[in-house]
Amino acid sequence: MALAILSVVVFILARATGDPLQLILPMSATPEDYAEARRYLGLDRPYLEQYLSFVGHAVTGDFGMSLRARRPVSELIWQRLPNSLSLAAFAMSVSLAIAFPLGILAAVKKGTGVDRAAQVIAVLGQSLPTFWVAIVLVEFVAGRLQWLPAAGNEGFSSYILPGFTLGWFVVAGMMRLLRSAMLEVLDSEYVKLARVKGVVEGKVVWVHALKNALIPVITFAGIYFAILVTTAIVVETVFAWPGIGRLAYEGISSRDFPVIQAVVLTTAAIVAVVNLGVDCLYAIIDPRIRYAR
Amino acid sequence: MPGDTPGGALVLSEAAASAAPASRSRNIPYVSLGIITVFVLLALLAPLLGLADPFDQSLRNRFKPPVWEEGGSWKHPLGTDRLGRDMLSRIVWGSRVSLAAGVVTVLVASAFGAAVGLVAGYYGGQVDTALMRMTDATMSFPVILLALILAVTVGPSFTNVVVAIAVILWARYARVIRGQVLTLMHLDFIAQARLAGAGAWRIITRHLFPNTLNTLVVLVTLQIGYVIIVEASLSFLGAGIPPPTPAWGSMIAEGREFVTSAWWVSMFPGLAILLVVLAFNLLGDWLRDTFDPKLRQL
Repeated sequence: MALAILSVVVFILARATGDPLQLILPMSATPEDYAEARRYLGLDRPYLEQYLSFVGHAVTGDFGMSLRARRPVSELIWQRLPNSLSLAAFAMSVSLAIAFPLGILAAVKKGTGVDRAAQVIAVLGQSLPTFWVAIVLVEFVAGRLQWLPAAGNEGFSSYILPGFTLGWFVVAGMMRLLRSAMLEVLDSEYVKLARVKGVVEGKVVWVHALKNALIPVITFAGIYFAILVTTAIVVETVFAWPGIGRLAYEGISSRDFPVIQAVVLTTAAIVAVVNLGVDCLYAIIDPRIRYAR
Repeated sequence: MPGDTPGGALVLSEAAASAAPASRSRNIPYVSLGIITVFVLLALLAPLLGLADPFDQSLRNRFKPPVWEEGGSWKHPLGTDRLGRDMLSRIVWGSRVSLAAGVVTVLVASAFGAAVGLVAGYYGGQVDTALMRMTDATMSFPVILLALILAVTVGPSFTNVVVAIAVILWARYARVIRGQVLTLMHLDFIAQARLAGAGAWRIITRHLFPNTLNTLVVLVTLQIGYVIIVEASLSFLGAGIPPPTPAWGSMIAEGREFVTSAWWVSMFPGLAILLVVLAFNLLGDWLRDTFDPKLRQL
């Protein structure tokens, strides 16, 4: 349903971005050349027909030809998507690996140095503009120190800079949520009961408390993912990462309709699938939630 | 929220009560307030400060370093950019764009989002379902993608940036406010208002809305920082405020190629963003801890 609305919106927006032919054809092109090219690319057909044929093909995974690259858009997407997904997965796992221990520690050792350090990281993470961090990292770590590659994807070392840049924001938010959720749960009756029963403190924190503290974190996981996808456009552009974020940027700057449509729909579909996964995870972790309406 | 069983709520409020007064409410964030005040004053008074003209190009004075570096002078305290324009003056003028974008966008988004949230929560049922479907669909749309599309469609401009961000951002307000209204609807005073003959409009505006104000204020403050960052990202990508208007994002983009030889061109606007956003976030955190400790946000 959401995808259907989105496809119409995207179709209209993509059409509204101006005439792509002005960018493709040489300056000296005659009006006849324009008509010829328009017919060749199918842009002379009525909008409704263009839309229906777009939807008809999109359902089967065929997004048409890129106006600029003259290759099937699905090919471009398939070529770029793995790069984006692996970068997102790397960024997500890095941020979880940092956010979890830090968030829990901050809650358990509330008011200590660890807690304060965690808070500083959290606030900084939400206040630093990603693209600026990216530039600073490219300049110092990749440029002056020459430790890591600055652009492109040439194996694992290429993942580190864009991955951390991308994950930084998520670390901040996740850690913060986990800390506040843990504090709330650690103060609750059932945790006190567990302690009174003589359960080892480590088990209380990691098993009893964490299980419930995870619920709000999971709620927000879907939103974080959408933010990650958005941030990826900027990060991929700065690090010249061959993913769909940069494909979107390129597509828009050359008014490549089919590419824009395909990227937006793919992204929306991925976000939708992730949200569905989050909902399912939810039901598993929290037995109070039932999806019977 | 799933955890809001009556028992859970009791425990939560007890916890909040015991933790709140001691550690919160004190520590009024004077530093944040100070930073925000300074930047607001700078933005408002920019034309009166006697700064160099932010548009004034002088190729002879390209890439002058800041005053404390060798070759710097008090004429350009923070140096000059690629076209010899005064950095300090451009940063001060840039604060107008950032602050205006942040405040206007958040106000528009919160007004619309709160209205949707209030209506959805009040009427419930199919109205609620329909509005929340819309909200969810909106939330999953990447802001920057929409803004990029708009920028190419109608050309980059301040209005487009505000529209593009607000069109997506309202959904968060709608979600949070609806959640609050759902809880409020179970309380006695709403039932009493109904018994007293109050209509939908009156209940929504006089009874529900005032009770969501705390949350709204907190969210608004916290999101100004976020919007400033998004606006800067857009200007950085060339889809925000078009040059030559000084905007922090585009200034960073212009300096990007020259980081090695002239670090100050992209460093100072970045620091300006960091300072302002940090100030708004700290202020927002404090407001939340003081007025709405149970609110969860990003």
